[in-house]
Amino acid sequence: MDNLDQIVSEARAAFATIADPDALEQVKARFLGKSGQITELLKGLGKLPPEEKKVAGAAINVAKNAVEAALNERREAIRKAALEARLAEEALDVTLPGRAEVRGGLHPVTRTLERIESLFGSIGFDVADGPEIEEDFFNFTAMNTPEDHPARSMHDTFYLQNPDGTVADKVLLRTHTSPIQARYMKAHVERYGQLENMPEIRIIAPGRVYRVDSDATHSPMFHQVEGLWVGEGVSFADLKGVIADFLRSFFESDDLKVRFRPSFFPFTEPSAEIDVAFMGGPLKGRWLEIAGCGMVHPDVLRHAGIDPEKYTGFAFGMGPDRLTMLRYGVNDLRLFFEGDLRFLRQFA
Amino acid sequence: MKFSESWLRTLVDTQLSSEELSHLLTMAGLEVEGMEPVAPWFSEVVVAQVLDVVKHPDADRLNVCKVDIGRGEPTTIVCGAPNVAVGLRVPCALPGAKLPGDFTIKIAKVRGIESSGMLCSAKELGISEETSGLLVLPSDAPIGQSIREYLDLDDTQFELKLTPNRADCLSLAGVAREVAAIAGAQVMPIVVADVPASIADRRNVVLDAPDACPLYCGRVLKGVNAKAATPEWMKRRLERGGIRSISSLVDITNYIMLELGQPLHAFDNTKLEGVLHVRMAKPAEKLLLLNEQTVSVDADILMIADDAKPLAMAGIMGGEESGITLDTSELFLESAFFAPKAIAGRARRYGFASDASHRFERGVDFGGTRRAIERATQLILDICGGEAGPVVESMATLPARHPVRLRSARASQVIGMDFSPERIAELFDGLGLNFVRDGADFLVTPPSWRFDLEIEEDLIEEIARLHGYDNIPSPAPRGKLKMQVQPESIRPAARIRQLLVDRGYQEVVNFAFVEEAWERDFAANEAMIRLANPIASQMAVMRSSLLGGLLSNLITNLKRKQNRVRLFEVGRTFTREVEGKPVEGFAQPWKLAGLAYGTALPEGWGRDGRKIDFFDVKGDIEALLAPAELRFEKAQHPALHPGRSARVLLDQAEIGYVGELHPEWVQKYALTQAPVLFELDFSVIKQVRVPVFELVSNLPPVIRDLAVVVDQSLPLEQILDRLREVLPGLVKGVQLFDVYVGKGVPENKKSLAFRIVMQDTQRTLLDSEVDAAMQQLVSCLEQAFGAQLRA
Repeated sequence: MDNLDQIVSEARAAFATIADPDALEQVKARFLGKSGQITELLKGLGKLPPEEKKVAGAAINVAKNAVEAALNERREAIRKAALEARLAEEALDVTLPGRAEVRGGLHPVTRTLERIESLFGSIGFDVADGPEIEEDFFNFTAMNTPEDHPARSMHDTFYLQNPDGTVADKVLLRTHTSPIQARYMKAHVERYGQLENMPEIRIIAPGRVYRVDSDATHSPMFHQVEGLWVGEGVSFADLKGVIADFLRSFFESDDLKVRFRPSFFPFTEPSAEIDVAFMGGPLKGRWLEIAGCGMVHPDVLRHAGIDPEKYTGFAFGMGPDRLTMLRYGVNDLRLFFEGDLRFLRQFA
Repeated sequence: MKFSESWLRTLVDTQLSSEELSHLLTMAGLEVEGMEPVAPWFSEVVVAQVLDVVKHPDADRLNVCKVDIGRGEPTTIVCGAPNVAVGLRVPCALPGAKLPGDFTIKIAKVRGIESSGMLCSAKELGISEETSGLLVLPSDAPIGQSIREYLDLDDTQFELKLTPNRADCLSLAGVAREVAAIAGAQVMPIVVADVPASIADRRNVVLDAPDACPLYCGRVLKGVNAKAATPEWMKRRLERGGIRSISSLVDITNYIMLELGQPLHAFDNTKLEGVLHVRMAKPAEKLLLLNEQTVSVDADILMIADDAKPLAMAGIMGGEESGITLDTSELFLESAFFAPKAIAGRARRYGFASDASHRFERGVDFGGTRRAIERATQLILDICGGEAGPVVESMATLPARHPVRLRSARASQVIGMDFSPERIAELFDGLGLNFVRDGADFLVTPPSWRFDLEIEEDLIEEIARLHGYDNIPSPAPRGKLKMQVQPESIRPAARIRQLLVDRGYQEVVNFAFVEEAWERDFAANEAMIRLANPIASQMAVMRSSLLGGLLSNLITNLKRKQNRVRLFEVGRTFTREVEGKPVEGFAQPWKLAGLAYGTALPEGWGRDGRKIDFFDVKGDIEALLAPAELRFEKAQHPALHPGRSARVLLDQAEIGYVGELHPEWVQKYALTQAPVLFELDFSVIKQVRVPVFELVSNLPPVIRDLAVVVDQSLPLEQILDRLREVLPGLVKGVQLFDVYVGKGVPENKKSLAFRIVMQDTQRTLLDSEVDAAMQQLVSCLEQAFGAQLRA
């Protein structure tokens, strides 16, 4: 039976030298093929007496299993080596850039407007809209700004020409988003006025506004967000609460101070300017004006058909351009309107 | 309004520091916009007199001066100033003095002669930019006195940004009154005594427009020396009040305006004829103003006139001819009350502003008209000499001061905190308001200097302001909760923007007023909406399309070497439309426009660098509106290539355009490649369908391919339309998967390959049914388009 051990070690040695799967199968035939050594031995069993046959058969089978095991082991090794080779060959430089379209980005002021809408939306403010070519009536008269008020000056307001070249006297480019207040209140009263208790008005109205002014800190077109809350018992204290909550939420910081300072607008009374000061950062400690606000003037409510004895409300108008500049540290308002991709991509 | 702090402190007794005062004013609604020291800090500079001047033996341009500095022995100072002269009084910096610019004076030898100090120019002291030698002081300047004290240089110039309702603070007396109210300090009143007439000369005044001018005080003064010098203290206060010194008479009227808030006017009495009239302008009336502008005055301008001619635009500006000069010795002095309504907006209409009109249009204290003329008379007599006639006062009905009712409970409710009637009374007392209590109500009679206290809210504002906005609580908002309705069939604008961003577009915001050429080129706009007062000629027309702005952005970015550009903007556009809503005459639809330029994919490795084309952008639009099915029809658009542009239709309605920029504009705007542009109606894009369920089949679909050869010019859409008309119900989808032109296909023909998907939800299709359906499709195409099956 020494012969068997020799066959097994011969087979192992033969398999080990082979790296090619086809060659391996040919070598396999030398041992396990039709006339392979093991097969021959098995064939020879028939000539042996029954006693020996049993013992010899068992021994040959052990050797056969050993050869098969060696074969399978080698097959697996060859397969693995082939796989390794393929994997190595297929390997990519994963640090090369991806190939898809790159994302664009929102305009920074749009980012701000969306955040403002969402913050006010979370306390029940709807979003309203209004025309940019606006009637003189809604822009001024309905906002309690009499005919000769300085705000009506040609220096501030863009007017339009009639087709014949004369100046149109009934329309203008809105100078603020406040006319949306007037339009919204009017529509609200038309819809709910007959009810004994009119639902509250809670809106913000973002939009583009226009003034004849252009330098590093003024653009002839800029953005405003108007806010309006009218209901029973709405007070100046509520206005302070809402604005303080908004500013801390918008800047995601409690590290800022907010102050209300008496001011004057024809359409609110009492009126205030809102200043904010940061406790850190490059603007630390400076008071920055960011909005005007106040209690809606009773004449403005009356213009819309709302009884100022029963309902009170507050309104505010803030500059989202300014808020964007403060939020992201932008130093020049004009950048917002130049369409320079190198600037805009920073906000993607 | 600018003013000298030290002047203010002579009118109100307060211990507040400058910073405290500034904060207090700001928080009371009188915003302090600026606080500038009138001079930089320096020390040890005194008034000195030059006693002797001798040429320096070793230097041509230097003099050796003996100077009296008020400390016994004269001191020796070497001086290089050209205007040094014996007898002059000038500032002298003593040894040890620190001058602006961190400059210390030491005893030093100058070309061998010891100099114990320095005689100074105004520039060296930092109080003026002038360099014309030593600052020459008046001959009565007390020798040895600190120059800071003598020139009152430890003063601060305040600048207030006053809101238009607070005209009562357009004077030192008014600001003092306000400081007293908010700081609880005492006002130190300006004592004004009536000046008795020493001559009988008078000129009568007739109030022809008593609503516009209900009070006019006039007085004749004779023997006045108009050339008298304005006292230094008055000059200083004027200069720190932002008013240039002109001549003593003009300075005095300006001084009164700053001090009391009452604008005055002085006429040359010898130029006046007969009685004065305060009347509305006459038709075609013209006047040469003091600013040398000749104006044709409108009928609503209030005029001062005499029997023969117009003299002045009342409360706005005097006339050149009747004005005073340095030779005037006989004046007619005016102190009047002109109603705000009669003045408001007028000066602006003529393109100028004046300190007088600024005050009158906001409201001048009509209780102080007489006082101002008496005060001015006294100053004129003191400074310019002369004699005064009697004050002639013409009066009609002064503005009514109706009592305003304030309810304590209402005030508490509007402000949002409790105010007791006692607290309110205390605040009103502080302001000097006259009131009568009626239970918890107050009946407040506004003072003659306040034009902003007309309704209850005005008084509520005063309460809130004086109590301090800082001291009002800011509670968390409370309101009635209600769900916010967002219709499912309307997509939020943010969602649409985000879709474009995800597809590589960058949002921009452009001005709504554009260059006329853009409107012509890209919109063929025949009825442009022009601005009456554009800020620049390239921003003169309202845009009817967003395309011009995007193209301009493209050009800007190409200049900055950004070679792949994808932009979009959402904004209103403007056209004339008679029936426009909500503003008649104009349509103002929201549009979404986009531009794509450069390669189809970002440049980089492993890409073919293919340029963007029509179909890339069409794909973006389809994605934007999916699942809605769009139709694209060949169309003409002024901005676009006629063969490479399309109208976009949704449910048969046009919603916009897409296409390559017209080659003509590609050339005109010097582009090397045609950008692909689109512009869509934004409100339509927001609409989406609410999904409706359809049964899903468990059975496998049958898929067959079909290739046909048709004329090359035949639009695909026509084939699809035709197929849709005749398709048997079992065909669920027809999809084009290949377009082939070339070998194997006859000239002017193209091969189109379709994938046909057939399915029945209930049962498996029979081969015979599928074959029949396919046959039906083929014969339909044969009949309609002469299509041939491709082998």
